[in-house]
Amino acid sequence: MRNLNEFWAKYKKNKIGIVGLFIIIFFVLLSILAPILPIPSPTATTSQIDSPPSLIHPFGTNDLGEDMLSLCIWSIEISLITGIFAAIIIILIGLIIGMISGYYGGIIDEIFMRITDFFLVIPSLVLIIVITALFGANLFNVILIIGLLSWPTTARIVRSMTLSLKERQFIEAAKISNVPNFYIIFKHLFPNVFPVIIATGILNISGAIFTQASLVFLGVGNITDLSFGLLLHNAFEGGDIIGGFWWTSLFPGLFLTLIIIGFVFIGRSLEQILNPKRSE
Amino acid sequence: MLISVTRGTRKSDIMRSSTIYIIRRIVFAIAVIFAIIIFNFIIFRLLPGNPIDVLYGGKILTPQQMKMLYQQFGLNQPMWLQILIYIKNTLTGNLGISYTYSLPVSSILFNAIINSLILGTPALIFAILIGMWTGKIAGWKRNSQIDNVVTNISMILWSIPAYWLGTLLILLVMKTGIIPVSGMFTIGTIYPNFISELFDVLKHLFLPLITLTLVTFGSYTLIMRNSLLDVFDEDYILTARAKGVPEKVVLNKHAVPNARLPIVSMIAIHFGYLVGGLVLIETVFSWPGIGYTIYQAILNRDYPLLQGAFLIIAISVVLANFVADLIYLYLDPRIKYEKFK
Repeated sequence: MRNLNEFWAKYKKNKIGIVGLFIIIFFVLLSILAPILPIPSPTATTSQIDSPPSLIHPFGTNDLGEDMLSLCIWSIEISLITGIFAAIIIILIGLIIGMISGYYGGIIDEIFMRITDFFLVIPSLVLIIVITALFGANLFNVILIIGLLSWPTTARIVRSMTLSLKERQFIEAAKISNVPNFYIIFKHLFPNVFPVIIATGILNISGAIFTQASLVFLGVGNITDLSFGLLLHNAFEGGDIIGGFWWTSLFPGLFLTLIIIGFVFIGRSLEQILNPKRSE
Repeated sequence: MLISVTRGTRKSDIMRSSTIYIIRRIVFAIAVIFAIIIFNFIIFRLLPGNPIDVLYGGKILTPQQMKMLYQQFGLNQPMWLQILIYIKNTLTGNLGISYTYSLPVSSILFNAIINSLILGTPALIFAILIGMWTGKIAGWKRNSQIDNVVTNISMILWSIPAYWLGTLLILLVMKTGIIPVSGMFTIGTIYPNFISELFDVLKHLFLPLITLTLVTFGSYTLIMRNSLLDVFDEDYILTARAKGVPEKVVLNKHAVPNARLPIVSMIAIHFGYLVGGLVLIETVFSWPGIGYTIYQAILNRDYPLLQGAFLIIAISVVLANFVADLIYLYLDPRIKYEKFK
């Protein structure tokens, strides 16, 4: 996929991919424009407590009288930051472990893959919950924990791609010409692995957003930052559901789900385009 | 990866490679369980202070409890002995005392895990059945309208946070009052007989079961679809078609049985995902299983309980994976012929 125009021509034809792209662009713009949008400050309280959606408050208000629309818009930021930075960590570790494991093979491969299997077997969400409950009181730690514990699938994909690339002539040729291993990995392997791994990276963004929201919903992680998980947690713990105040759960969850689906759609379309065996 | 059948393999060779396969899986399962125990030991000691402060920090303990805890952790012993004591305690089911409930962690977890199985097992079965059925339709009519609808719905359901879907379902049915939305039993009921108790539990089970099934089946749909597409590329499908075997028979007798195999190994990998959903859904519906226990432990900073719950979940998942490996061996004769390094 050297030609960007050619790539875009293919992507344009993918309906799901375009829908996903529009969703994400919409939410990114909403988040960037939040300070200048005509919405009340997310911390501004009014006397209208738990009021259903109206013209003044399209998403209603919560038990403090805060505007739900404003809270939802200001929550986008944390989701995007968590998703993108956690995905970068996941991709970095996945690339390093996968390429080294696949390229060198032998005992290094065996050790790395057993460690990968170990992390694949353990239910990651529960592991992340436990570690976050102990160490993860802020956004930085939450991103780090999600990133450090979610790389195994990516590492496996990179490894199997490396294994097939290793047999190709240009790598063989480089090896025979005594090119240093790390140079082959960096100059020949990496550029070929990277485009395909972007699809996985985008899917990792949605996974990390999902995980961070789940953590905060359960009451662990960065529970002082304004986020969708926090809004849903407050609605749940504050008895809004029993009280029938549906708007405090519906809208934050809808925003969160749309962002996750947006990235999933983009990731799946990229997968189809970059790995066309499946699609046509 | 599977390797093609070697011709002229003797029966004793088959037996031997099956045995090697099983032994490898057993060794891996045991190694993972030990790693989890060691991990549990280390992580609660990485925090500043001694483990008693960490685990029971700020709680008023009687001198007797204090003495018991010192003995349990072997705190006056060297580190290597502490690890051994911890492993011994864990293996003998001594997971400490939960101070929220003032009960041994192991007895709390025993009840919780049974409740989780009551919810998780039928959800897993439904999810697999629905996933295989919808995946079959999507794979069969690939790139058609129905394929797009099935695949997109699966993807969307799979992306929805389980607790949010649960919340929406609660909001929908709560007003009607037909089905209970929280807990496992109607509080304060004295059941005249077992049937009425069972009926009450089933009523409580309804919503969490639907939620868990909905958020889980999508991954099986996509796996079944892809697996079916792989099988369609195989020569024996071409042969069957060339022979004039009716398409329905090709699908149901030739393609589907072979496409089921990857599902078995994927069930194992996705088991952890199901457990994650279980934790969130139990929390929303106050279903008194292991996930709800984790939530309570987080709220109350009850670390012995949290530590124990993680251990039990991790070990259950490892064992479930092991069982899936055995089923795979039973279902796929090719694996018996595979040469092992």
